[in-house]
Amino acid sequence: MLTFLARRIAIVVPTLVFVSMLIFSLQQLLPGDPAVVLAGEDRDPAVVAYLRGKLHLDEPLAVRYALWVKGVLQGDLGESQRMQKPVLGLILEKLPVTLELAALAMAIALCIGIPAGVLSAVRRGTAWDYAASMVALWGLSTPNFWLGILMILLFSVTLGWLPASGYVSPFEPARATLAGWGRPACVVGTAIAAVLMRHTRSAMLQVLSSDYVRTARAKGLAEPRVVLLHALRNALIPIVTLGALELGTLLSGAVLTEQVFTIPGFGKLIVDAVFNRDYAVVQGVVLFTATAYIALNLLADVAYVLIDPRIRVS
Amino acid sequence: MRRCILVASAALCLLAGAAGAQTLRIGLAEDPDVLDPTLARSFVGRIVFAALCDKLFDIDAKLDIVPQLVASYEWSPDSKTLTLKVRPGVTFHDGEKLDAAAVKFNLDRHKTMPGSNRRGELAPIASVDVVDAATVRINLSAPFAPLLAQLADRAGMMVSPKAAQAEGERFGAKPVCSGPFRFVERIAQDRIVLERYPAYWRRDEIHFDRIVYLPIPDSTVRLANLRAGQLDFVERLAASDVPQVHSDARLRLAKITEIGYQGITINVGKSELAQKTALGRDPRVREAFELALDRDAIVQVAMDGEALPGNQWVAPDNPFYAKNVPLPKRDVARARALLAEAGVPNPAVTLMTPTTADAQRIAQVVQAMVKEAGFDVKIQSTEFATSLDLADKGQFEAYVLAWSGRADPDGNVFSFDACRQPLNYAGYCKPEVDELLARSRTLRDPAERRRAFEQVAAIVLKDRPIVYLYHRNWLWAYTAKLGGLRTIPDGLVRVQGLQFQ
Repeated sequence: MLTFLARRIAIVVPTLVFVSMLIFSLQQLLPGDPAVVLAGEDRDPAVVAYLRGKLHLDEPLAVRYALWVKGVLQGDLGESQRMQKPVLGLILEKLPVTLELAALAMAIALCIGIPAGVLSAVRRGTAWDYAASMVALWGLSTPNFWLGILMILLFSVTLGWLPASGYVSPFEPARATLAGWGRPACVVGTAIAAVLMRHTRSAMLQVLSSDYVRTARAKGLAEPRVVLLHALRNALIPIVTLGALELGTLLSGAVLTEQVFTIPGFGKLIVDAVFNRDYAVVQGVVLFTATAYIALNLLADVAYVLIDPRIRVS
Repeated sequence: MRRCILVASAALCLLAGAAGAQTLRIGLAEDPDVLDPTLARSFVGRIVFAALCDKLFDIDAKLDIVPQLVASYEWSPDSKTLTLKVRPGVTFHDGEKLDAAAVKFNLDRHKTMPGSNRRGELAPIASVDVVDAATVRINLSAPFAPLLAQLADRAGMMVSPKAAQAEGERFGAKPVCSGPFRFVERIAQDRIVLERYPAYWRRDEIHFDRIVYLPIPDSTVRLANLRAGQLDFVERLAASDVPQVHSDARLRLAKITEIGYQGITINVGKSELAQKTALGRDPRVREAFELALDRDAIVQVAMDGEALPGNQWVAPDNPFYAKNVPLPKRDVARARALLAEAGVPNPAVTLMTPTTADAQRIAQVVQAMVKEAGFDVKIQSTEFATSLDLADKGQFEAYVLAWSGRADPDGNVFSFDACRQPLNYAGYCKPEVDELLARSRTLRDPAERRRAFEQVAAIVLKDRPIVYLYHRNWLWAYTAKLGGLRTIPDGLVRVQGLQFQ
């Protein structure tokens, strides 16, 4: 196990270096002079020149990259030119918000997606299967922002039960937190649940038709035991992979949902930074989320080993 | 027993305080940039500054300049020296006194701080002298009539010298000014919280204990928050949402014509491309383009009627509107004739437009309208920062571009029409226009200035480096409980006098 982990971690470092180079160079391809955009509506030439100097925009790309990497290695991700705040501070400010939304959405997705997928596979061809498939199709095809706006109009404007939007700290009373987070988590969670449901269903169908499941049934094991212990555990590998990927995506910010519910997470931060050409923020956030993404994939790899001992053997 | 009574009284006082504490929640269309008046560059930031930082001067509903932190002022006969008497009894939020030295510190900071966005606005200031504790003398290198208007915006905002010196570049993270509310906290993209400053010099006009600004970019969500009672006021309501506000008895709508404009900038000399296109090369083609437009229809379609059609850098109801160049009526026949005369009956035009909904709608309406005169318009939708870059390099033919506007007309025309100015994307350059614009800056008499702008208009509006379309209405929606609202054309929310009824 330790060798396995060491091998995986060894791959992380070059991956991160590659990602950082990619972020840096791709960003330079964006049209538009960041100094001009950051100089605001007046675009005073003196301010543009000052910003160019401050951001080292006149230096060659390699020099700029080296300066940035040097800062990153010293724990300095740079400063947001628009907000005049350190990027690391902004990331730490947004991280709890993003984590909270990601965790709640994932919990909803897992609670709905996996049981629905299992039920749909076990009761294949029945009304349960069709109903679950229809709901999944609806979840997949409904745009998040539209569902979000409808929820705001229904629960806040028409019924007046919940606040329309805004961030509620997890340290607020549970009821307030739930009122604030319930809908955005549902909007994001149900979309992922639909994907999870489809994958769980197909993985379960494959496993349920395998010989050992037939053997387990022939041995007279109870059906719930066959389905949950023998079939589901073996079907979990693709589901864990998908879950880790979806969670990684959530950590880079649920852009539209954050926009609609006015949740100040990574999504809003990075979109604003791109439109304002606030390069330091884009680089910092992408590097951070890429690291989180890689870490989650590593965790998924570890989970495979725990779920399926054959992987350890091979 | 006595102790119990004391505790109970204290608890009651606290409860009463909590019940009486009033918070005004304002929904903003964007998250402001840095809250340092010297470095700030966004329009939305000015809305927060209106409660946080008082200015030397302010503008009123008629766009007249009125003193704010200045008790009185006097120009020298040659208009090269402005003497200000600082209002007595004003303090900054850290308790420091506003005096002549503080005013000098601020003007010098605006002029010298690296990255200052105010340097250009105050360029004609040669030096600032402290005459005595309450008197400041501003010496100009040349007469500059728009100075008072500049001092009625961010260039006139005063920050605490002590705090500014202590915080340096980081001052914007915790600004200390002398406005009615002081800074409490800011969570980027979530909220900005201000609390009442008890020692404010006009404290009797302040009726809220706190103001919370919440940036909510989606206008539908902003309005939903207002309707759900989560906000008390929203700025920049979408024109399409006006009927919803009218149909809700709990809400009120306020509107006022902006000091800026929406227009189409034409590349008449920014790059070589100007001479390669009929629109950039030939004034007759530009005249035909303007004559093919029906501004009333554009306003109806693109803005749901919530704008004032206009053909100049200021709106027709502005005192500086040049009456010698009235709003032209649509005349497709004349447009066709002009195109025939220019030898290009069907000129192809590429219209670059940012990806905002307003700009897209304008481009589509314009495309359909000018087609009737023979123009073949291709719309080139371009992300805003990219479009600015292309405009800056002259790689465009026509560009849908708005300007938020300045109180003095100079701020709407000089940078756009004087040779080689930073916002002159059209590349327009005429020495006689430069001379007239320079002269307008030396005139303090409004009638004389108006005549100077009429002369500028007579030339520039004929050359059409910018075809002006309309002036948007600032649309504010707010709870019916809110009273004392003043609508000032700069679109900023004055908190003095605002209260729940």
